[in-house]
Amino acid sequence: MPEDEQDEASFERRLAAARERHGLDAKPKAAGKDDPLPFNPFALMFRVGVELVSALAVGVAIGYGLDHWLGTQPLFLALFVVLGGAAGVLNVWRLVGPRPERDPPKAGRK
Amino acid sequence: MAAEGSSIDALSQFRLGHGLGEVGRSVNFTNANEIMLLAAALILGLLYLGMRERAMVPGRLQALAETFYDFVYNMCIDQIGEEGKKFFPFVFTLFSFILFGNLLGLFPYFFTYTSHLAVTGALALLVIVLVTVVALRYHGLHFFTYFFPAGAPKLLAPLIIPIEILSYLSRPVSLSIRLFANMTAGHVMFEVFASFMIMLATALGVIGYVMALGPLVLNVALMGFELLVAFLQAYVFAILTCIYLHDAVHLH
Repeated sequence: MPEDEQDEASFERRLAAARERHGLDAKPKAAGKDDPLPFNPFALMFRVGVELVSALAVGVAIGYGLDHWLGTQPLFLALFVVLGGAAGVLNVWRLVGPRPERDPPKAGRK
Repeated sequence: MAAEGSSIDALSQFRLGHGLGEVGRSVNFTNANEIMLLAAALILGLLYLGMRERAMVPGRLQALAETFYDFVYNMCIDQIGEEGKKFFPFVFTLFSFILFGNLLGLFPYFFTYTSHLAVTGALALLVIVLVTVVALRYHGLHFFTYFFPAGAPKLLAPLIIPIEILSYLSRPVSLSIRLFANMTAGHVMFEVFASFMIMLATALGVIGYVMALGPLVLNVALMGFELLVAFLQAYVFAILTCIYLHDAVHLH
């Protein structure tokens, strides 16, 4: 039955070509390359704002709490406002900066 | 209740009331709890009724249930990797609960429980506690190297470590505020435009009725937009959970 097999192989080939032509088969995508979050300037702007504010809020809360606890009124608040702002910038950098490659190459980084 | 005189009361829709009549009042069962139970019942009902047939060629309900399942399953595998299977039940529960909350909130007279910071905050805390526990389970004390990137100068440690910790702690805050703010903003806009309609109609008579068509059209368009936001925010919440879980499992 080599003829049959040949027919089948040729059929598979033609089927694959036809599916390719009509875009039915999803292209094998490079793993982890795509940005999972939908890109939309307005949404991105909102996310950047939320990241900045939330890190600052956490900083203020921790600073205020430490001051309240230790009775060192403005010291930790002033310190943690700055640190919180820096953490906010770090969050934004993680959001918009170059993405570190995910899973596959793990060499050199823990 | 919307517009008395010229004031717009856009926030009263988020006030908690009691559900289930007198019984609910005595046990503090709120209208938010009502919708939460409804959402849970709908999710379970969809999965149970959808998958009861187990047809080779799925019907409409089964196709919906399968698509729903596949969508979240693929999201887990894509974002977390093979270990994602372990976290699939959690992510699926989270996603479906938020999605149904957002969507049910769009019906008139239904309470939007995702518009309360207490609810989104609790969900985000749940996520961050789980992520931390998972990271500690997988890596033990090695987890704490997460707060100090390899190769950074030791001298900067007192500066980098607090910043990294603050950045880590800000995750649940940003996660909860994003969902809460999106839902609240959308529902406030509905209320404001609806109030415009009533104000125009009461103040200007017949001309007002014609002019009220403007806000009405805006509200119709807004409904389409809010449907998108309802889905998108549930998706974003779930995918960020997946990304955090990925970080916890692989610890970059």
